[in-house]
Amino acid sequence: MKTKNTKVKELRPLEKISSGISGLDEITGGGLPKGRPTLVCGNAGCGKTLLAMEFLVRGAVEHNEPGVFMAFEENEEELTRNVASLGFDLNALSAQKKIVLDHVHVERSEIEEAGEYDLEGLFVRLNYAIDSIGAKRVVLDTLETLFAALPNEAILRSELRRLFRWLKDKGVSVIITAERGDGLLTRHGLEEYVADCVILLDHRVNEQLSTRRLRVVKYRGSVHGTNEYPFLISKDGFSVLPVTSMGLDHPASSERLSSGVERLDTMLGGKGYFRGSSILVSGTAGTGKTSIGAAFVDAAARRGERSLYFLFEESQNQIVRNMNSIGLNLGQWINKGLLQFHASRPSIYGLEMHLLTIYDAVKKFKPRVVVMDPVTNLVTVGTEIEVRSMLTRLIDFFKTEQVTALFPSLTTGDSSSSEIAISSLMDVWILLRNIESGGERNRGLYILKSRGMDHSNQIREVLLSNHGIGLVDVYAGPTEVLTGSARIEQAGLEKAEVDRRKAQMDRRQREIERQREVTSAQIAVLKAGLEAKIDELNQEITEENLLDQVNAKSRFNIAANRQADVEPKLKTNGHSAGTPK
Amino acid sequence: MSKTAPAEKKNSSKIPSEETWELRLYVAGQTSKSVTAFANLKKICQQHITGKYHIEVIDLLKNPALAKGDQILAMPTLVRKLPTPIRKILGDLSNTERVLVGLDLRQRGEQAA
Repeated sequence: MKTKNTKVKELRPLEKISSGISGLDEITGGGLPKGRPTLVCGNAGCGKTLLAMEFLVRGAVEHNEPGVFMAFEENEEELTRNVASLGFDLNALSAQKKIVLDHVHVERSEIEEAGEYDLEGLFVRLNYAIDSIGAKRVVLDTLETLFAALPNEAILRSELRRLFRWLKDKGVSVIITAERGDGLLTRHGLEEYVADCVILLDHRVNEQLSTRRLRVVKYRGSVHGTNEYPFLISKDGFSVLPVTSMGLDHPASSERLSSGVERLDTMLGGKGYFRGSSILVSGTAGTGKTSIGAAFVDAAARRGERSLYFLFEESQNQIVRNMNSIGLNLGQWINKGLLQFHASRPSIYGLEMHLLTIYDAVKKFKPRVVVMDPVTNLVTVGTEIEVRSMLTRLIDFFKTEQVTALFPSLTTGDSSSSEIAISSLMDVWILLRNIESGGERNRGLYILKSRGMDHSNQIREVLLSNHGIGLVDVYAGPTEVLTGSARIEQAGLEKAEVDRRKAQMDRRQREIERQREVTSAQIAVLKAGLEAKIDELNQEITEENLLDQVNAKSRFNIAANRQADVEPKLKTNGHSAGTPK
Repeated sequence: MSKTAPAEKKNSSKIPSEETWELRLYVAGQTSKSVTAFANLKKICQQHITGKYHIEVIDLLKNPALAKGDQILAMPTLVRKLPTPIRKILGDLSNTERVLVGLDLRQRGEQAA
């Protein structure tokens, strides 16, 4: 039936089925080859059986593809018990006819070879098991035990070749597990027969920390990730962590979130961070990274959003107490269920386990804000490259989930290379720096980058007080930046200068006033003098006139007395000009 | 069971035990191998455990579910159910020597008389 389907879609190169293992489908571009065998090889204890079992169980439960598990090593009961810890109930699945467990046990000591034989019995069993539930998936775990059980290797090899041919014809998707051999993928060269898809599992211990890795060695007819991918076996099963998910196509929100520090919002274009962005807050010890993280979480809680705070250094109680000292009451948010702390030592497990714990916690709690404090502590667990790749995955994951993530990052002395390595992954980079001058140490903050927004290029001084975090302008002089008491002193100096100028101005004002008064007084005096003069002159004029009239009259009188014949011209007298008054 | 034990110690092809031998021959259809195997088995039984044996031929193509019970992989397989312990002999039983060793009718390395 399967082969007919593939013929209909002739142009499709290869049909794939979901492996059911998270991450593996992404690496293989859709899953394992449908209707073909896949070889899973690796050393003892690297998780072959588990991978195969999960492939089967997920197929049966999620894709309605029943499966047959043919176990050559463990019996049904052991298998059932082993995978019960992963939450797979094989008994129930068997009862529902979704899974058939078939334990093939060959006791070498019971066996004698006497003549020609083939492995038709195995075919019959497998065929019967497949047909009994209409299985689409088959696991053979581990065929190689047959090499120990059956003395005649020549027969075995030719029969295995026939088996894989037969399985392909049967159209079932098969996982065959095999032990890793010296210099070979498998101890008995099974890869010779199973050529479609080969997956290699590896379990390595590096500096006391174990990491499991998976690599797709070959995948005929399909592109696939060729790297080694770390994987985990946890209580939820097998999960492979591809370095990044397939594309960079996560949504970009233009919603802005307050950083919880008013002045910082102002610096970030007046509105704060973008939702879903990743923020690096780097600085040396004691520069207030955690406080900035806590303020952000506090602001989120005030908006009614949930936040998750991962601590790699301090305990929950410690940080709650410490943040109280800067006026942030985180305890109330914990009680309201808006804030969760996850404190763990970085060294308790490998990076992958950390990653998974974070994935898990985020999936469960569904926070909108995540803080990982300090992200640099993870460097102690892995190499720089590993940490970087882990962070890439993390940031990718956060972005897909639209979680805004803040990463306080501890730097030592000069700006460290790890900081540079991870900073390119970040959208916002806030740098906190100790500024030493005048016998004291102050905290300076500036925004090194902030993608997609107008941001301040100014250095601000961070003041931590019981009112919270404050950012104040520093004194930026021509040669240096002044902070702390030097800044206050400078501010004092400036104020004194201002006062002095103001006083000077006042004084000048008063001077003008006074000058004006003096002048007006002088004007009044002059005016009075002028008036006095005018009065005097007028008086003289009047007197002159009177005198003239008197003279004229007397002359008239004299003429009259003399009885002169010439009429005295009283009215035309030139001296009478001033008399009209 | 302990009664049958002395039989194994004797270097004899004769079986003193009173027990009947219960033998199962698993085959997958009427192939040449299965036919040969059945013929060889009959011959050996008649020679060595005359009258004390019972052969059951199981065709797995007809009863595939039975393969699981005796953990059958190879075809044909002869299973000695009784006397215990269970023994399995793979192949068409053309190597009589090996069959006798496998059935505990002869010690390993002993030459046929």
